Amino acid sequence: MSKLLIEGVSRTFAGVRGGVPVQALQPVELSVSANDFITILGPSGCGKSTLLRIVAGLEAPSTGRVLLDGKAVTRPGPDRGMVFQSYTLFPWLTVAENIGFGLREQGRPERERNEVVASYIDLVGLKGFENHWPKQLSGGMQQRTAIARALANDPAILLLDEPFGALDNQTRGLMQELLLGIWERRKKTVLFVTHDIEEAIFMASRVIVMSARPGRIKSDVPVDLPHPRHYTLKTSPEFSALKAQLTEDIRIEAMRTAQTQSA
Amino acid sequence: MLRPLHPVAPGTRTVLGVAFFVLFVAFWAWITLGGHVNRIFLADPLSMLKDGWRLLVEDRFWLDILITIWRVFGGFVLASIVAVPIGIAMGAWKPVEAFLEPFVSFARYLPASAFIPLLILWAGIGELEKLLVIFVGSVFQIILIIAVKVGGTRRDLVEAAYTLGATDNGIVKRVIMPANAPEIAETLRLVLGWAWTYVIVAELIGSSSGIGYMIINSQSRLATGQIIFGIIVIGLIGLLSDFAFKALNRWLYPWSLA
Repeated sequence: MSKLLIEGVSRTFAGVRGGVPVQALQPVELSVSANDFITILGPSGCGKSTLLRIVAGLEAPSTGRVLLDGKAVTRPGPDRGMVFQSYTLFPWLTVAENIGFGLREQGRPERERNEVVASYIDLVGLKGFENHWPKQLSGGMQQRTAIARALANDPAILLLDEPFGALDNQTRGLMQELLLGIWERRKKTVLFVTHDIEEAIFMASRVIVMSARPGRIKSDVPVDLPHPRHYTLKTSPEFSALKAQLTEDIRIEAMRTAQTQSA
Repeated sequence: MLRPLHPVAPGTRTVLGVAFFVLFVAFWAWITLGGHVNRIFLADPLSMLKDGWRLLVEDRFWLDILITIWRVFGGFVLASIVAVPIGIAMGAWKPVEAFLEPFVSFARYLPASAFIPLLILWAGIGELEKLLVIFVGSVFQIILIIAVKVGGTRRDLVEAAYTLGATDNGIVKRVIMPANAPEIAETLRLVLGWAWTYVIVAELIGSSSGIGYMIINSQSRLATGQIIFGIIVIGLIGLLSDFAFKALNRWLYPWSLA
């Protein structure tokens, strides 16, 4: 049985000032198995973030429905942890308090909270920064905290919306390895949105390529590269072959986007 | 060389800031002591200080200062207690905003000083009337500014909290309120400054104590030195309370400092 089921989910935005409604997402069908690492790859504006936000329950689909463990998604909840592209740590809470936020909202006792928080601080390598404010952290450290914060709830699925998009290249590479390392050890169902082809392949067990707006699933590419993955994998022939294939796919869509925008 | 937006060294900044005060007082001394204006209309700095000293020592002016401070803070605290929760409610819940915003926007433009005759009719010329003037002058301002700040709470923080399992109640208490606490404190600091202008107006009319009363009383005796001394005292107290408020905010919300 699949962990996550997306059935005919589409999204149309009402027209601005009486204009024509804009379809951001054509009906999407997707089935995700437990402990799969799915990356959703697409040009900007293709509706991939919209799809993720619908799974999170932050937006309602215009048609269709999302089932997680057989239950329909109607609103956001702690079973779907989310990491955003923008830095969304609560600036008034320390690193440790941020990570413990979800547990606190669910009324878990303080002792249990502290144990869980400590283990996740360890997991993302933030020992010694427990009592720092978010503004004292680098972008990479903030996103590591955000990942720990989402994982501390032990969600059924982890949703990531271009979480490393604002980071510099070197930091992004390290963050990819960190997240993949966590996934390899702890096993988790992950939905990861990105527009970076290399990132999409490196992280995924399956890459979903989306078309230009209005988005739909264009191709579904399994990535059978062995685990644990090391950054040197990015220069291997198998990786390069996949990258060439996906680059071609995406390029066509990016050009299509550029044309509709200039039209 | 003056270059646009180029920062100034901290030492130079202090020197320049003090220099204007020196120039200002020097100019004042020159036109008064030099006999360029009539002494009846403007006292010189030295007689101002002399008048001030006499006020404090002989006329127990410090009692007036204390009573004015009490009025400002009393009215301001009352207004804050009422306005902060309403402002937060308006910012957080849109139906509440739709219900109250038009009225508050209207009431905000009602000049507090114009209410004084009415407030005297209702509350007499005692302390309650003075507090009410400050209250009327501050409460609508605070409500509106806080409602706008709270309404502008970062949506991504609210969304993040929802995905972490926060309830609607939890969002208000543990996201919206802490996220806006420094801004709310900053708003209160701003409005406290305005409250100082209302209190003097309240004391000019139907009052027998306070700094404003001393000023209006001095006018009838052409004691311009006392008037200027009173004005300077208000300025100094305002400055001090502003510093104290700033320091308090820094201490309460260290996370919000850049």
